[in-house]
Amino acid sequence: MGKRVGMEVAIAASEAVALCNIDVAAVYPITPQSHMAEHLADIIHDGRIDAEFITVESEHSSISACAGASATGARVYTATSSQGLMYMHEILPIVSAMRLPVVMGNANRAVSGPLNIWNDHTDIMPQRDSGWICMFAENGQEVVDMTIQSFKIAEHPDVMLPIVLNIDGFQLTHMIEPLEFPTQKEVNKFLPPRKPFASLHPDNPISMGCFNTPDIYAETMKAKDTALHNSKKTIVKIWKEWGKQFGRTYKPVETYRAKGADTLILTMGSMGETASIAVDELRKKGAAVGLVRLRLWRPFPLDELRAAIKGCKTLIVMDRAISFGGAGGPVGTEIKSLLYHDKGRPRIVDFIMGLGGRDVTVNDFIAMVERAKKKKDETYEYYGVRE
Amino acid sequence: MIEIRWHGRGGQGAVTSVEMMALAAIEEGKYAQGFPAFGPERRGAPVMAFNRISDTPIKIRSGIYRPDVVVVLDPSLVGLVNVTEGLKPGGVLIVNTIKTAAEIRNKLNYKGKLFTVNAGRIAREELGVPITNTTMLGAVLKATGILKLEALKAPLEERFGKMAGRNMTALKRAYKEVKTAEAA
Repeated sequence: MGKRVGMEVAIAASEAVALCNIDVAAVYPITPQSHMAEHLADIIHDGRIDAEFITVESEHSSISACAGASATGARVYTATSSQGLMYMHEILPIVSAMRLPVVMGNANRAVSGPLNIWNDHTDIMPQRDSGWICMFAENGQEVVDMTIQSFKIAEHPDVMLPIVLNIDGFQLTHMIEPLEFPTQKEVNKFLPPRKPFASLHPDNPISMGCFNTPDIYAETMKAKDTALHNSKKTIVKIWKEWGKQFGRTYKPVETYRAKGADTLILTMGSMGETASIAVDELRKKGAAVGLVRLRLWRPFPLDELRAAIKGCKTLIVMDRAISFGGAGGPVGTEIKSLLYHDKGRPRIVDFIMGLGGRDVTVNDFIAMVERAKKKKDETYEYYGVRE
Repeated sequence: MIEIRWHGRGGQGAVTSVEMMALAAIEEGKYAQGFPAFGPERRGAPVMAFNRISDTPIKIRSGIYRPDVVVVLDPSLVGLVNVTEGLKPGGVLIVNTIKTAAEIRNKLNYKGKLFTVNAGRIAREELGVPITNTTMLGAVLKATGILKLEALKAPLEERFGKMAGRNMTALKRAYKEVKTAEAA
């Protein structure tokens, strides 16, 4: 491993990209992703890596440029946040349908309106059904590691799908913390050059992603769904390889003191670390509370979740987004649906909290565990929101 | 774990202070976080920035509400912003000021541990600008003993290049000139 260094996580994300031998980056800056965009532009401008930085006029263009570049066989990266991701929305399912292994860092931020630049997961949830692999990092080290892993997973011949890595805006992007970088040699060993299944070239004209009539569109969509489900096997395999080479293990569903717990808190992203301190405090008082963290959101790791929550009586889902007018937060709603038929499934309490940068403290997690105990039904609830 | 809250004004480099502090701590083999008060910042407006420093890995990612140490970079913030808010009993307040400790205590109705230094003058004399973010690092090191002076050398050099030497001189002067006024 390289040296342990102190670095802002947004800068570290771009340093990780620089280790991955990318060919093209097309990034439009937006708070709180800006330092990622600026630093990657610096790296390429300074000639530290041999890549093209396409300056674009919008995120719609950045993701379109990425799609085009990726279709030529290039290794491609982009990063965005909030409104930028919303603006990409139209192109996202095209990238996945064309099976283009674009890697994107998303600095999670609330969506307008009203304008709010702070962290929550309301930007990524509307992209849920775009056919991208969707992961969440918990800390800076995971941002570095998962950025590098993402290229290998996305480009694997059994996957060939784009990946969005969620990096909580501010909570992670603006944090200076200690990190370990693998050396260039180690990354080269882990990450082979991309070998595209098909690519655009003027000498060998082909068509990609053009047109489907009703007699084939459904089959194409089913194939995409199957590909996304199947990708989990390769994701797990590559995470194991990473663990072997670098000693840090990655699983679709991570657990902390979950064994024997009758109550489990479920989080995604950077909240997990603070929640783990709440678990320690509750355990000290004798409460059988543990933590489950979804690293993988798409494809949804149902088997792993079932194994992680086995025997627990109450599952408290922390949702940092809302499905307006629906049955609750996107994560809570989905987990309720997936476990509906499971005999002896836990009672699922879905809290919507931490919206638009509202801080979620150790005491907040403890208060939600207390509230969940008293709650009689499984309807979703807002935590810490004034009437 | 020690938690530090820095008060400054937009443009005075409070974020650079927490960056230097975190990098120096990590350089020493410790664990650290440095982060701004998240959000848009305007030049001249009161701003905050934060540090956590620990001998063991830091897992907490929520804000700092009960700091062990409060640092005030800009003298005009005393009495304008509630700088002692949440300061732990036994905590330390470190202020850049030309006033006496008694005057600061009186203005803030504060009885805890207090350190004062005329960092503005040091910065003007050593750096030629009244920006005290690096100078005040010296006062913090003296008041808390949390890091060695030498640990700041590498981060300052990385950040300021040939200006690093003058920043280090200012920092060392603040280390020497900061005055203790034990709990009243």
